[in-house]
Amino acid sequence: MKSIRKSILMSALAVSLLSAAGMAHARDLTIALATEPSSMDPQFHSLTPNIQISETIFDPLVRTDAVAKPIPSLAESWTVNGNVWLFKLRPNVKFSDGSPFTAEDVVFTYARVPKVPNSPSSFNLYLKSIEKVEAVDPLTLRITTDGPSPVLLANLSVVPIMSKKAVSGPAPEGKTTVELNRGDGLIGTGPYKFVSWKRGAEIVLERNLHYWGGRPAWDKVIYRPITKPAARVAALLAGDVDMIENPPTDDLARLEKDTKLHIQKTPSVRVIYIALNQGKDVPAGVSGTDGKNPMTDKRVREALSLAIDRNAIVARIMDGVALPAANLLPYPAFGTSKKYATAPAADLAKARELLAAAGYPKGFTLSLGSPNGRYINDQRIAQSVAAMWANIGVKTNVETMAPPVFFKKRNTYAFSTYLAGWAAATGEMSHPLTSLVLSHDPALGIGTTNWFHYSNTGLDRLVQDASKTQDDGKRSEMLQRAGEMAMSDYAILPLQFELSVWAMKQDVRYGGRSDQLTLAQDITLAK
Amino acid sequence: MSALVFAALYMIGDPVLMLASPEAGDAERELIRQSFGLDLPLWRQYLIFLNKVFVHLDFGKSFLTGEPAIGLILDRMPATLELATAAMLFAVLIGVPLGIYAGLKPESFGARSVMTGSVLGFSLPNFWVGLMLIMVFAVFLHWMPAGGRGPVQAFGPIQLSIFSWAGWRSLILPVATIAVAKCALIVRVTRAATRECLPQDYIKFARARGLSEARVLGVHLLKNILIPIVTVAGLEYGQVFAFAVVTESVFSWPGMGKLLIDSIITLDRPVVVAYLILTVVFLSLLNLVVDVIYTILDPRVQSKARA
Repeated sequence: MKSIRKSILMSALAVSLLSAAGMAHARDLTIALATEPSSMDPQFHSLTPNIQISETIFDPLVRTDAVAKPIPSLAESWTVNGNVWLFKLRPNVKFSDGSPFTAEDVVFTYARVPKVPNSPSSFNLYLKSIEKVEAVDPLTLRITTDGPSPVLLANLSVVPIMSKKAVSGPAPEGKTTVELNRGDGLIGTGPYKFVSWKRGAEIVLERNLHYWGGRPAWDKVIYRPITKPAARVAALLAGDVDMIENPPTDDLARLEKDTKLHIQKTPSVRVIYIALNQGKDVPAGVSGTDGKNPMTDKRVREALSLAIDRNAIVARIMDGVALPAANLLPYPAFGTSKKYATAPAADLAKARELLAAAGYPKGFTLSLGSPNGRYINDQRIAQSVAAMWANIGVKTNVETMAPPVFFKKRNTYAFSTYLAGWAAATGEMSHPLTSLVLSHDPALGIGTTNWFHYSNTGLDRLVQDASKTQDDGKRSEMLQRAGEMAMSDYAILPLQFELSVWAMKQDVRYGGRSDQLTLAQDITLAK
Repeated sequence: MSALVFAALYMIGDPVLMLASPEAGDAERELIRQSFGLDLPLWRQYLIFLNKVFVHLDFGKSFLTGEPAIGLILDRMPATLELATAAMLFAVLIGVPLGIYAGLKPESFGARSVMTGSVLGFSLPNFWVGLMLIMVFAVFLHWMPAGGRGPVQAFGPIQLSIFSWAGWRSLILPVATIAVAKCALIVRVTRAATRECLPQDYIKFARARGLSEARVLGVHLLKNILIPIVTVAGLEYGQVFAFAVVTESVFSWPGMGKLLIDSIITLDRPVVVAYLILTVVFLSLLNLVVDVIYTILDPRVQSKARA
């Protein structure tokens, strides 16, 4: 009996030694993705799930670090003189097929972007300000913009550089999206190279031996799309995968107690906000106001903001997986004002006073639209906001619906107020200000997501001037002032910033990123 | 039916709003709309679609991926096919013997347990069974993976995962999830048919002729109860094949059902329409096969058809 037990022990020991030795040599990394990319073509669809894979296979000219600051990637350094940018490219960089990287590849890449057909969301958006791209010599690139373009670097960071040699082909865009999806022409300079993609099942990458930035940590990186949050958690607990994106908030407390797991929470650049329709006409859903729109009165907007207990929503509904918000980006992101660093506490007495002063002592009725399943716990947040507004006499009818239906109705002004989210891709204030609170003017490309009729010409001018100011110090100061203007006018009511969460095995570490990307090259073995 | 789906998806929302970056201006959205042909009136979009399908056998390209819709679906079909086939096979192989047993000895303890079990089997919701199996066999015991599909091998033109042990390890939990409910149904159908057949004259005569019990049950009884079983199994197989959505998403099984759900969410109309048309074709074929099996099982059907 004893000897049997001994031999079992010995073999267990042997197995564990073997597997430990195996780990020291080589290990694969398996990541469960919340959403599968729609394509492997890095220029087909500007969407986070696509960008995070292409950023691993390819490199952009400039990268952004974990807090959205531009850092060198394929360009080692750059200078700007008015509208002309000069980029010095990194020497001795090779694509994963061994061919050298030169300025011609960059010219080819940027020229391909507008030629990709049927793109559901084109990367053209990021290259709009570019007038000319020229290769001065193999390692020097000159970009001319149509005016001062301080966000150029941030924009270039989402356009990965493809290989001219590998992607050339008979079609106008060279290799087509369908060909790239099969891996044909999918040659990059990034740390991992493409092996295979079985749609719905897995994406496999392996170490790029020609990578310029040192030996990548993993032999193979395998991505498995697991859309159901509960299934992702099960896969992690069962040991099938090393890391998962977005575990459900309800499970977090339990996962954090598990000693075999490590949880990473990182503030994101996504703000969840409530927009108040401030149009001249009475908005849909408003009643009890004698034919007026109460939300054109700043006192009413302030009262609605004061009635919301942001800390309670974060603590009770989000289980702490959010930060209460006072601005459109968390302080100290670029262009955020210190004055709006912490969220205001709820003050029901003052809110009631303000309503009475505005002529609505008995309150009124309005509607609050919300998508159901687009943002974390969106529907439950909308319901608690409605309950909080009811406390000051504003009767709120919550209208939640499937995201496609919600967005369609929102864009026809079908709600008096609505809950939505905004992720500031560039990580600085001009982005949310321009899209959300400037006057809706599609021709100028401002206020494109301002579906609540807010318009303030002073603010419009200030933000547009800031977008043309090259000097970072001045621009930051102008944006801070613009943010203060919008917030003190209660143009829009920020609720909270989502935290991005990753759950991983104890021996794996990922620092997280504010842009919510899961980048395999930044995932390491824990020491 | 394609017209119905067309109109329904049109009414739900605008795919461009779902797909385009929120920063895109109206001009960019309009460009996308034009490239998808969504700027035309609905009836013209539909006529263009019909023309493409009937003249060129082209179901259009997926809005989301830019790939031909039919290719996306056919890519995923083998995964669903093997899941549905394996599940129905298990359901029949286990359900029929249990059902005959329960029909032969309806008062015995064993039969009563089988019948109680079958009530549970088809009352428990599918996703719950799946989650429980994952909890027990994947999370606690670590015997099987919690989801996904194992390594595949080419079998003719299609890729199947049934040729390796690793493949079966991934297959067994989702198969069990579906098989539990289907098996319960087959048990009840078989039992009812058995009880109906047993008092019939031909069974009595067979016994009177001194045939062995095995031959009485295996030939005379089985042949006669197979008709209702084939009917139910055929219908259920179609159900599982076309709408294994729940099980597929619980187990992240890369089949067609998951593709359908994802496509409905993103309003990817070409994929949804192609999927439903393909399903209709498949179900019609399946019914045809069931009818053919009838004629083999029951010569009377055939002679009636001739007459």
